[in-house]
Amino acid sequence: MAMILEVENLHVHYRTNRGNVRAVDGASFSVPRGSVVGLVGESGCGKTTAARAITGVMTRNASIPEGAIRFDGTDLTTLDARSYAALRWRDIAFVPQSAMNSLDPVYRVGKQLEEVLVVRGGSTRRAARQRAAELFELVGLDAHRLRDYPHQFSGGMRQRAAIALALALTPKLVIADEPVTALDVIVQRQVLDVVRELQQRLNLSMILVTHDISVVAYVCDQVVVMYAGQVVETGPTGSVLERPAHPYTMGLTNAFPDLERSSGQLTSIDGDPPDLLTPPPGCRFAARCPFALARCHVEAPPRTAIEAGHHASCWRIDEAASLRDQAREVATWQRS
Amino acid sequence: MAALVEARDLAKHFTASRSIGEMLRGARPVVHAVDGVDLSIARGESVGLLGESGCGKTTTGRLLLDLVRPSAGSIRFDGDDLATLDRKGRARFRRRAQLVFQNPFDALNPRFTIARVLAEPLVNAKLPRVEHGERIARALERVRLPPLARYGDAYPHQLSGGQLQRIVLARALVLDPEFIVADEPVSMLDVSVRAGVLNVLREVRDTMGLAALYISHDLALVRYVCARTLVMYLGIVVEDGPTVDVVRTPLHPYSRALVMAVPVPRVDQSHAKLPIIGNVPDARNPPSGCRFRDRCPQAQARCAAETPALRDVGQQRRVACHFV
Repeated sequence: MAMILEVENLHVHYRTNRGNVRAVDGASFSVPRGSVVGLVGESGCGKTTAARAITGVMTRNASIPEGAIRFDGTDLTTLDARSYAALRWRDIAFVPQSAMNSLDPVYRVGKQLEEVLVVRGGSTRRAARQRAAELFELVGLDAHRLRDYPHQFSGGMRQRAAIALALALTPKLVIADEPVTALDVIVQRQVLDVVRELQQRLNLSMILVTHDISVVAYVCDQVVVMYAGQVVETGPTGSVLERPAHPYTMGLTNAFPDLERSSGQLTSIDGDPPDLLTPPPGCRFAARCPFALARCHVEAPPRTAIEAGHHASCWRIDEAASLRDQAREVATWQRS
Repeated sequence: MAALVEARDLAKHFTASRSIGEMLRGARPVVHAVDGVDLSIARGESVGLLGESGCGKTTTGRLLLDLVRPSAGSIRFDGDDLATLDRKGRARFRRRAQLVFQNPFDALNPRFTIARVLAEPLVNAKLPRVEHGERIARALERVRLPPLARYGDAYPHQLSGGQLQRIVLARALVLDPEFIVADEPVSMLDVSVRAGVLNVLREVRDTMGLAALYISHDLALVRYVCARTLVMYLGIVVEDGPTVDVVRTPLHPYSRALVMAVPVPRVDQSHAKLPIIGNVPDARNPPSGCRFRDRCPQAQARCAAETPALRDVGQQRRVACHFV
């Protein structure tokens, strides 16, 4: 499969007065052209930092000491600010968690769309106006509403508008950070349907950052599971969700209530992720892992292939099937 | 079963903020946040109140705890009408009914130690100091937290979200209430710790025989802890029944869309279009008749003319739709 994006051994550090926080610490994953990749993990696992690093929009105290982000052949980490700016929006677009972060409250929504098309896309005012209407239709919004201000939109409509804005210049890669987290279920589903439909129609390549496995199951072709700044498991969505090979992924899938499969008890993963100022040696998950061996605390497990395109980093990968059974029991995860 | 909490025709209207035009015209728009809710919760029963933002579910919870006064209707707690309680009776009610807050990071005073956070309700209830230690220990055990000695002197910011939410729950349980209202009890937590709190909620339900109202937008959560579910839409209850049945065979068209919209963590799931039209209408001018009619794919002329009552349809289920 041809890759639109390849992230290799990416490190992103934040300078703080307590020291260097290694928010992303050697993450590798790739996005095949025309597919949706879900970047999942809990707060603080580095998923948003990784996504931001790809867009090149990072806070002042962030740096990339090591690693490569190859987009369509170019290593983005070597670009200067100017070439990066030229790429942003035109080639790589971003949909933030709160649409209000991409919409300016004092301008009409249509005006903002046109602005992008004219200033960044070089189209004429007239063509821009027409294209804005098309984009609105594309995301399921009425073209009349182009004259509205963002506050006149409901949450779901704003999120659709933010998607329209991201798609304005037909980018090659769209990165969406928790695009539906703040929305009600029905609206969430409608926005996800828009995303799915557009993705299929325009053959978009996408990275969807989310903490919600159900959202991944609904729209993503591939999953990248992150924990404490590292990628612990990657693969096709079905394969990873049905046959997780890393204990963290097992814990995560069993922690989700499933509407259709009832009763069974949910498992929770006790403890907290490690402090990324001084990450522990060995496997980052070892301290919370019910299956950890002595070795796990000392030596980091290598990335190992399980089946076609499905990889995980765990020392006990050969026992995955039996660990999966044990991981379904609440008692397994309970610590005295 | 005798109901512990019983609401009849409960309504709460808020005056809405006005536009300049409305001010000039002297209009005083009113939002009918809750508009005629009937519900009862038996002793020991866990009921889920499900709905989207703005449907009035949080207001309903606050009304049941006497935190806001109803505009109309009545609430009875263990037979007593809340509106007629005197000071003493109200103080007693406050002890018997408790609220579990949504955001554990905001719910605790950052300048109180955990020990003080947990003792505060006991002090307010004027319980003798000698009882405090034992009551706190019992509450902590219920939420599966270790004894206080290990972190009693800690401040809220030193604890993780999952621990804080358990403290918030323990604080609500420290007075041995008979009824709790939990407003989105896990929505602020990470998935891996969420399950732990949900399991604690289930245990508390089973061991304390507590009546509880869980307010949530998350049907999967409600399903996990509640035997019965009420579905709210724009200030009214549109469906009421055993959770299993509401999930498997939702009767109201709105519940049907809601159930379908819940994503499941599996790849083999339906991607069918939701049977719902448009957006939630303005709560200041809800449609006449059935409030769901302009979004309902089955709506007919009768739905605009006649408001469907929440009626009994057998098998412990109630639905507010003409066509069920």
